[in-house]
Amino acid sequence: MHCLWCHEEILQEINWINLLSPPKQTRICYRCSEQLIVISGNRCPQCSRLNERGICNDCLRWKELFEGEDVITFNYSVFPYTSFIKEVVAKWKYRGDYELGFIFREKFLQFFKEAFQSVSDPIVVPIPLSKERLFERGFNQTEMLASFLPVETQHVLTRVQGEKQAKKTRVERISSENPFNLKKKLNNSVILVDDIYTTGTTLRHAAKLLRESGCPDVYTYTLVRG
Amino acid sequence: MEKQVYQIQHLLPKSYIGKLLLESELPEDPNIIKHFTKLPPIKKELFQVICQRCNNKTPHLFGNIPCAKCNGNHIYCRNCIMMGRVMECEYLYACSGEEVKWTSYNSCLTWEGELTKAQQHASNQIVDAIQKGQSEFLVWAVCGAGKTEMLFEGIEVGLKLGKRICIATPRADVVRELKPRIQEAFQEVPVQALYGGSEEKEGSSQLIIATTHQLLRFYRTFDIVIIDEIDAFPYHHDPSLSFAVNRAKKTKHTTIYLTATPRKDLRLRIALNKLPHTFVPLRYHGHPLPVPTLQISYSLQKALNEKKVPQILLHWMKNRQNPNRQLLIFVPTISLADELTTYLKEQTEVLFKKVVSVHAEDEDRVVKINQFRQREIDLLITTTILERGVTFPSVDVIVLDAGHEVFDEAALVQIAGRAGRSADDPTGEIVFLHDGKTTAMVNAVRSIKQMNKRGGF
Repeated sequence: MHCLWCHEEILQEINWINLLSPPKQTRICYRCSEQLIVISGNRCPQCSRLNERGICNDCLRWKELFEGEDVITFNYSVFPYTSFIKEVVAKWKYRGDYELGFIFREKFLQFFKEAFQSVSDPIVVPIPLSKERLFERGFNQTEMLASFLPVETQHVLTRVQGEKQAKKTRVERISSENPFNLKKKLNNSVILVDDIYTTGTTLRHAAKLLRESGCPDVYTYTLVRG
Repeated sequence: MEKQVYQIQHLLPKSYIGKLLLESELPEDPNIIKHFTKLPPIKKELFQVICQRCNNKTPHLFGNIPCAKCNGNHIYCRNCIMMGRVMECEYLYACSGEEVKWTSYNSCLTWEGELTKAQQHASNQIVDAIQKGQSEFLVWAVCGAGKTEMLFEGIEVGLKLGKRICIATPRADVVRELKPRIQEAFQEVPVQALYGGSEEKEGSSQLIIATTHQLLRFYRTFDIVIIDEIDAFPYHHDPSLSFAVNRAKKTKHTTIYLTATPRKDLRLRIALNKLPHTFVPLRYHGHPLPVPTLQISYSLQKALNEKKVPQILLHWMKNRQNPNRQLLIFVPTISLADELTTYLKEQTEVLFKKVVSVHAEDEDRVVKINQFRQREIDLLITTTILERGVTFPSVDVIVLDAGHEVFDEAALVQIAGRAGRSADDPTGEIVFLHDGKTTAMVNAVRSIKQMNKRGGF
């Protein structure tokens, strides 16, 4: 097996433990995995941003905007946006190196179990790409992330607009119209899956639709907290 | 035939001539598309899979993708993905530049410098090789011989003959450094520089400077390819690059190799007289190459583990022959470069005003290298990215842990070649600090001495 990122061969050391029980297959070498640091320390309980003093200002503003109750119960992110993560995500998502997504599999699953164990019967909904973008990239990165999770996945959202979010300013993002359509109503709790939480606008657009159609609560699970 | 050539040139924008494109890079205009030939993207043989763009055959460098476009599961190439993704379900599109004629420039060389005798000799041979259409020619010139200037007359002749010329080098830094020099020497001729993230992306000019990676996008279009630093990483390491260079050439072509440190395969071909070549043993200023000193430090590994530099090095820094020179310290790893900076800043405050480290993953590398060149930085700690192709007028050089595997013979000779580059200060101290001599070190010193000997010193 070769490392997905640096292409070096991964040599598993044989000891008594893995001799008796075959080890988990890792797709990334030890040196590269050291750079995959997860968010640790105090974080905003609402959006996972590193923050010492409870709920962050952004989330308070969101609460105000939705008149007391944010449409998202909370967001949980696994990785901070370090330069290493940035580079891997860019090559995976924009260059379209599909296989690189498997680097995140183990951690993405592990923290899902930790963060959402209290949610009963959730349904995972990946944030969709617009049709044009999906054709351009060949795959949807959030669907790949959703496929790592041991929960039922339903594709109930479609996306209409084509403009890239990453190229908009915050004000433009928040005031832009809802790019999503809902295909089917869901009565379970929903966990939205996306790759990056930046301002949280996209996710709230999707969450708002779901809540309005009768979804009891909406959580979001994202790979990176931008 | 003549008529057909005329048509292609007038119907097709130059940026499509001699290109190999992906489906996503193809223009929409059907009048342009019809000049392209479809090629299979990935070839599947009995025991191996081959990417038809980069010739990648390594199994783990192919990935599987559930493709949303064709609704099927198929493979894609991970080796050349930084140049766009080659998918099994999408063709490659080639527009051969074989028949295209390019402009003939009459005496377009605007460089007014003068070649030394040694340079002139090599330059004449390059001109000769181009005029006769020799398929290969090697210029073996010591570091600091002024290789670029030797090319000028050859390029001039090539342009006069209406040939398309590419100067290819494995490193983007070198492309960036070459571009202004070449443009300065040929002011009327449009020159484009291509590298990952370059401003110009078109690749439509007659004279192109590019990294060897960028040649993956070209298809049978260059009459003359000049490969600078043929021995450098990743060219000598990555077979897909020499594949790319070969495909970018026309069937009838001249390839000129430039190197200061030819590797074994080339030296063997020279020794067997299978490769026409010329040797330039003299630096342009006529002084010999400074010879490195080997310095043992028994506590080297201990010091490095503690993120310090050995005492012996600090002592040496305080007692340099010429303290006005800037200092370059080469270290084997990126992490070490960063870690030592803090320590050196504290320890050498009196000696060096500004201490900075630079490496390949550094976003500010271009800025830092420029600052060092402007003498705004006194001490630069670097990985092997600065081993070649860059010129600083007056430096001393230290290789820390010269026994490390990244410092092979070629690398060490190149590093030593950073010292004594200008006529004002033609010498410089070079120290290989080690905790046990390696063959690479001994060979590097021996080959430097040999080159000096051939130069008559």
